[in-house]
Amino acid sequence: MSQEHVSNINRIWLVFGILSVVTTVEVFLGIVKPDFLHMNNFLSMNLLNWIFIILTIFKAYYIVWAFMHMEGEKSSLRWTVVAPIIFLVIYLLFILLVEADYIYEVFKNATIKWNF
Amino acid sequence: MGSTVTTANSDEKTWGGGNQPLGADYGKLMMWFFIVSDALTFSGFLAAYGFSRFKFIDTWPLADEVFTHFPFMHGVSAPMYYVALMTFILIFSSVTMVLAVDAGHHLNKSKVAFYMFLTIIGGLIFVGSQAWEWKNFIHGEYGAIETKGGSLLQFVDKTGKRVKLEDFAATLPEDREHLDRSKGRWFMEEGTLPTYSVAEVQAGFKAHPELLIRTEVLYKDDAAAKQDTKVDHVLSKHKHKTVLTRAESEARLLNAAYVVEGANLVRNEYGSKLFADFFFFITGFHGFHVFSGVIINIIIFFNVLIGTYEKRRSYEMVEKVGLYWHFVDLVWVFVFTFFYLV
Repeated sequence: MSQEHVSNINRIWLVFGILSVVTTVEVFLGIVKPDFLHMNNFLSMNLLNWIFIILTIFKAYYIVWAFMHMEGEKSSLRWTVVAPIIFLVIYLLFILLVEADYIYEVFKNATIKWNF
Repeated sequence: MGSTVTTANSDEKTWGGGNQPLGADYGKLMMWFFIVSDALTFSGFLAAYGFSRFKFIDTWPLADEVFTHFPFMHGVSAPMYYVALMTFILIFSSVTMVLAVDAGHHLNKSKVAFYMFLTIIGGLIFVGSQAWEWKNFIHGEYGAIETKGGSLLQFVDKTGKRVKLEDFAATLPEDREHLDRSKGRWFMEEGTLPTYSVAEVQAGFKAHPELLIRTEVLYKDDAAAKQDTKVDHVLSKHKHKTVLTRAESEARLLNAAYVVEGANLVRNEYGSKLFADFFFFITGFHGFHVFSGVIINIIIFFNVLIGTYEKRRSYEMVEKVGLYWHFVDLVWVFVFTFFYLV
């Protein structure tokens, strides 16, 4: 072993607590769907979905950083793994979602009924 | 030992493999790179799901109306609870995995074995839960009608509650023979026939004047939509499926082409055809990852038991398989959000 490992069992349980609480909040919001979140949009997506996505990324951060022990790796390894994924995923989502919305408009405004 | 774990210090020659620019052993680094590529694969799937959903944003099924089952609570609508339970199971198995890795750092063989065992159990419970979820999804609950135009019609009562086909479909003295290999010519056969024929559903609908039809279209509660006389504006709620008036329901039902029960890769009773395809594909691919993760965990578990890593004085293999296991958990966090919540 090149480096000395201190036991971080307390931190593991703390992260488990955080993940559990966040999941509980997500499920609670998913069942209740409060109107002031569900009916109000920000950047053409409702606030509830924004909350879900932000909480998901929050959970992903804790899983990768604490459970996969990314926080203990060199910053060069961190960037090698995380940067390509973030860049490519945003790129892919941008193209696919914009295109899908375009196709939706085409179907909607078409003179031909396609689903009736 | 040298082939799986590099314990060389930096004194060794640069080209001899002793140099670690990223500070991780070869095996661990490759596991990270595999995870990157696998993460991109799942991103592709979820982005494709997003594409189809945005394309059919007006008619996409609502997840909390589809996944409503909970074990031993038959007939009770419990959206989200079961999948939340599955999420907790997977997160907890991630915790036991990371505890196993932690015990490995202290070369505590019995603790590693114990936590690995718990992780395997958690993984098996998760795969089993997913099988149960698939069973419910495939079997369906209410049944629906597909029109000639490819859209889906579901049935509700006066209060807007869903009604099962079996609760109203008539029994007609008709005989539709199932075509199988023994009767057909030249490898002709067909899938299982639905319980009811289109005519039986139509006759049953006519005999029950309190029933209405619910379309796939999400209702928008604005002035323009209120003008539509074909829609029941009392039962239709904003951002929920549109319920039609009785007259329009009868007119729509004349266009019926198929009786849809449950789900398969061609059509499903929940709505958009792509919905079931993506459900099977994405949760199936994830389930396959969990399954292979369990298999790898079992292999490592036995290696721990027979003392392979004890002899190596390094439990890094547990760490590597741990990375994979956490990744499976990570993917589930995203699948959970985009399939069940958003």
